[in-house]
Amino acid sequence: MLGKLRWDAVPFDQPIPMAASGVVALAILAVLAWVVIKGHLPYLWREWITSVDHKRIGVMYTLLAMVMLLRGFSDAIMMRAQQSLAFHSQGFLPPEHYDQVFSAHGTIMIFFVAMPFMIGLMNFVVPLQLGVRDVAFPTLNSVGFWLTATGALLVNISLVVGEFARTGWLPYPPLSELAYSPGVGVDYYLWSLEISGVGTLVAGINLVTTVLKIRTKGMNLLRMPMFCWTTLATNLLIVAAFPILTATLAMLLLDRYLGFHFFTNEAGGNVMMFMNLIWAWGHPEVYILVLPAFGIFSEVISTFSGKPLFGYRSMVAATMAICILSFMVWLHHFFTMGAGANVNAIFGIATMIIAVPTGVKVFNWLFTMYGGRVRFQTPLLWSIGFMVTFIIGGMTGVLMAVPPVAFVLHNSLFLVAHFHNVIIGGVLFGAFAGYTYWFPKAFGFRLHEGYGKAAFWCWLIGFYVAFMPLYVLGLLGMTRRMQHYDVPEWRPWLIVAACGAALIMCGIAFQIVQLVVSIRQREQLRDETGDPWDGRSLEWATASPPPAFNFAFLPEVSGEDAWWDFKHRANGQRTPDETPRYRDIEIPRNSPTGFVCAFFATMMGFALIWHIWWMVAAGAVGAFATFVVFAWRDHDEDVIPARDVERIDRSHRARHHPHLGKEVVA
Amino acid sequence: MSTIALTDSHHASAVEREWSGPASKRIVTGYGFWIFILSDMVMFSALFATYAVLLGQTAGGPSGRDLFDLRNVAIETGFLLASSFTCGLASIAADTRHATWFQLAMAVTCAFGLGFLFLEVQEFASLVARGAGPTRSAFLSAFFTLVGCHGLHVSAGILWLLTMMTQVFAKGFRADIQRRILCFALFWHALDIIWIAVFTVVYLIGSAR
Repeated sequence: MLGKLRWDAVPFDQPIPMAASGVVALAILAVLAWVVIKGHLPYLWREWITSVDHKRIGVMYTLLAMVMLLRGFSDAIMMRAQQSLAFHSQGFLPPEHYDQVFSAHGTIMIFFVAMPFMIGLMNFVVPLQLGVRDVAFPTLNSVGFWLTATGALLVNISLVVGEFARTGWLPYPPLSELAYSPGVGVDYYLWSLEISGVGTLVAGINLVTTVLKIRTKGMNLLRMPMFCWTTLATNLLIVAAFPILTATLAMLLLDRYLGFHFFTNEAGGNVMMFMNLIWAWGHPEVYILVLPAFGIFSEVISTFSGKPLFGYRSMVAATMAICILSFMVWLHHFFTMGAGANVNAIFGIATMIIAVPTGVKVFNWLFTMYGGRVRFQTPLLWSIGFMVTFIIGGMTGVLMAVPPVAFVLHNSLFLVAHFHNVIIGGVLFGAFAGYTYWFPKAFGFRLHEGYGKAAFWCWLIGFYVAFMPLYVLGLLGMTRRMQHYDVPEWRPWLIVAACGAALIMCGIAFQIVQLVVSIRQREQLRDETGDPWDGRSLEWATASPPPAFNFAFLPEVSGEDAWWDFKHRANGQRTPDETPRYRDIEIPRNSPTGFVCAFFATMMGFALIWHIWWMVAAGAVGAFATFVVFAWRDHDEDVIPARDVERIDRSHRARHHPHLGKEVVA
Repeated sequence: MSTIALTDSHHASAVEREWSGPASKRIVTGYGFWIFILSDMVMFSALFATYAVLLGQTAGGPSGRDLFDLRNVAIETGFLLASSFTCGLASIAADTRHATWFQLAMAVTCAFGLGFLFLEVQEFASLVARGAGPTRSAFLSAFFTLVGCHGLHVSAGILWLLTMMTQVFAKGFRADIQRRILCFALFWHALDIIWIAVFTVVYLIGSAR
């Protein structure tokens, strides 16, 4: 009846997962109880859960990422604590648990923190920057978000019911094959990523179509803000790379479930084929994460320097060059495979070439700041912190692109230090810069500046204290993923690294305090203008938070930095023409399709993990029925009447363009 | 849709062609679906690459030359290509809003698709019966996965086809239903393209080994 599921799947005898999941369960129950008792449930259902508004979905993606960051960080601090204790001892985490912790840490941080954070920001910002009312496929957008949430949910269920993978964040065979990982851990990993991978693919298709087909009049490709360009590049990479992940994980599933021989040691299976396939996705994935961050930094640096982005076209060219080159370097993840000196040399050189467009970008950012009127507010601090940190990370990357060096440093903590150096310094700092920068657009008030700066300095210093020792440890010969060790020279460095993690924890604490304080002081922090940073692109042209339809009239643009141009030409020059004629606006109708679909996907995923076949069938039928019901509806749009549009728009204009009087430009 | 000018239009350079604003729903839907098809092709290309790598890994078991029946494959190909033709007829019928012809053409498409699936299932069953199932060797794992994945796509396509027939029957040629028919046709033709690659890479090259 319940497949492999038994009571002993719940680890009652292990205090750490039980306590952790107990806290999580209590928190969820508390939030649910508060929502229900306060009567917020109908509001939540109507305005958020069933919303197909790109802004709401973007906020939900970002929220998911921030919650999962807490989970991923708890794993991180457990690892640092374990390694600082486990000299000549077992520490406090037994090996089978420690292995799950580092696997979950990597999986969560990449797939359920970095990815949703970036997709959330792109979702929220891009239609506003393009001057339009929504993304190409609003309902699919909601489906994509909820499937991502399903993946995150399954990973968290594994904490209580069963176990998570012990294979590292990429399940290398033969270890991940049934013979060596007979439990459900790898299955949790595989199914949650298959499901959330579909969600990511949907988001990718949606955003590519949006950028290429849904732009306001006059928004030629070479007039788009830089963030839209990096969004395009990122989502092209998603469309081209995620199907490879889906196929590769499907093959591993077939090996595990049906006894196929893709990656087994027997019957002609080829283990190294898995490495090639997974990194053919995995390397582009690195750029899927960091390219949107590059876009955020471009926006932030030019806004806070009061200057147009230096070398806009070279920035576009560099972005697209990285987009293509990212598919040509995957082999550098396993120079030690034995492909031979010539193959390794080619991939080593290709890897180093990527440093060229990246260098172009760094110089462009520096020249954007040069001669500008630079305002050192939190988003810019993150950007400067990024530039310094990312350059160090990039240089250690070029170092490891030299195959003989890679042979020495392969799988050492030097590598771990390198990729945290670029992912924290690049992706996470970018996400935080974007979060601080666009928060007032999403909610109508700014985040508290003082706590934001405190968080920044804790993160920055904490990062260096936590990860610079890992470079040293790598050179001292310490390999990654060690549950205990007996080399006395390593220990001081590991203790320093643990202190760094504690500093980062202070940074996270400051971020939580910042959010709470900002919400409580929202009246002091309120931004009435819709343009708190003196911005340059179109998202600042509308109210904060923007109305459901974003723009009462689609703006028409005739150059880069459309909003900046408008502000500077409008001052005193333009005379009001005739009163604009407001029209009814159609917006896509909310739909529970995404949520219901994710419900069935969760059911199916869980049933597949535990071999509960009747439930798999029920889930599949349910998902198909959901789509048919969705396809059957007769009204897919709601109309906002012209008089409501007029009322909303005029109140914003009165606040934002007092110099234009009551009449507005048409 | 009404627009509001943010800057004077004469500032715009005359050389650059102006983007004329958001595309129509039909264009957007079709475009997005093309992107999906491309991503699907990337997934198939991963399976093709795997097949190419594992082609010789028969683990002492049968190879393509021992197993493949090209006559059967030729009939399958015929069915699928004919179904693409009738699918094209259905698209024309939908464009001219001719319900009877649409239903007829879709039904024939469905019949050809089912015929194709029947032959494929028969082939798979006979291979398994001869001890040449997917667990026999890495080569056969790759073969069953690649060809089976195409077969699953055809099955999903038939499910979609039947849904579209019912929708047109119940609701007629509404604009959103027309867009779905467009996407379905793209999907069905794309499966043909993939089958041609399967025919060449799997069956022709495979039976030469």
